[in-house]
Amino acid sequence: MAKGIAVIGDSESIKGFGAIGLDIFPCDDVENVAQLFRKIADGDNYAIIYLTEELFAQIEKERKRYEDRITPAVIPIIGVKGNNGIGSKRLSAFVEQAVGSDILFS
Amino acid sequence: MAIMNVNPTRMQLTKLKKQLATAVRGHKMLKDKRDELMRRFIDLVQENKKLRDKVEKELAQCNSHFVNASAVMSKEALDASLMSPKQQVGVNVSSKNVMSVDIPQITTSTRTSDSGDIFPYGFAFTSFELDDAVMSLNELLPDLIRLAEIEKSCELMSAEIEKTRRRVNSLEHVMIPRYQETIKYISMKLEENDRSSRTRLMKVKDMLLDKEHNYSGKYS
Repeated sequence: MAKGIAVIGDSESIKGFGAIGLDIFPCDDVENVAQLFRKIADGDNYAIIYLTEELFAQIEKERKRYEDRITPAVIPIIGVKGNNGIGSKRLSAFVEQAVGSDILFS
Repeated sequence: MAIMNVNPTRMQLTKLKKQLATAVRGHKMLKDKRDELMRRFIDLVQENKKLRDKVEKELAQCNSHFVNASAVMSKEALDASLMSPKQQVGVNVSSKNVMSVDIPQITTSTRTSDSGDIFPYGFAFTSFELDDAVMSLNELLPDLIRLAEIEKSCELMSAEIEKTRRRVNSLEHVMIPRYQETIKYISMKLEENDRSSRTRLMKVKDMLLDKEHNYSGKYS
């Protein structure tokens, strides 16, 4: 079954994604992001959910539920505010979980 | 290491020996699984790192294009040009089994046959910065999707490796030593029983012979 790709973020960062055919969900208020994310993820219509980094950091608890499922893949991307290293930190966390300590990127 | 709470019988001993053999075999297989998973994971995570660096760099460029575009166009005009997208990207997710971990395989499909057919606006009233921004974002899309696929795979694999590592360690350092010690304890106990019954028999034999022939009286 074909699924879509969702992008959640502040409206400035994500409006370009709408033009290339992804479904955008503007969320300028960090308080609402958890609720919005739950709605999108529970609908199971999206295989990939991109989130801007600052919102990604807000929904740690919600993300946990989808960690061991194949879909949706929840992926942090950088927004207009720039890169704050959450993506790289996530990779280090994977290595740390698998190996025991971060031997690759430290 | 504490031994298990079992009766020191021969039946229990055979049972434990069988269990130990299974545990050793399981440990070997799990260790192989862990090593292979780790090898693949390291490859994948390195690719992930490269791709993420690339995507983040290009995404930052796209964002700066958009900022440029919004500088030369009014916000309303910009929003209006992007409001009704022409293209729709759908993805099909199948799963691939790698050492018992299901990792996603993502293929994309676009609504229109030409995946480059993206500009949802006429070129007359928009700035070329916007064209740049939309185009570079569209070029980045395959990498973004590949990033999602790899990153999800890494996430799933790292969890599985952790689980397997725990199992290997618990077998290696807890289960197998415990079985070995219990087996040792039972076989020693059995040998001890054996010896004690043998001495008892010898003693009884002595007593019987003594009674029959009065050895102790003869030789003392």
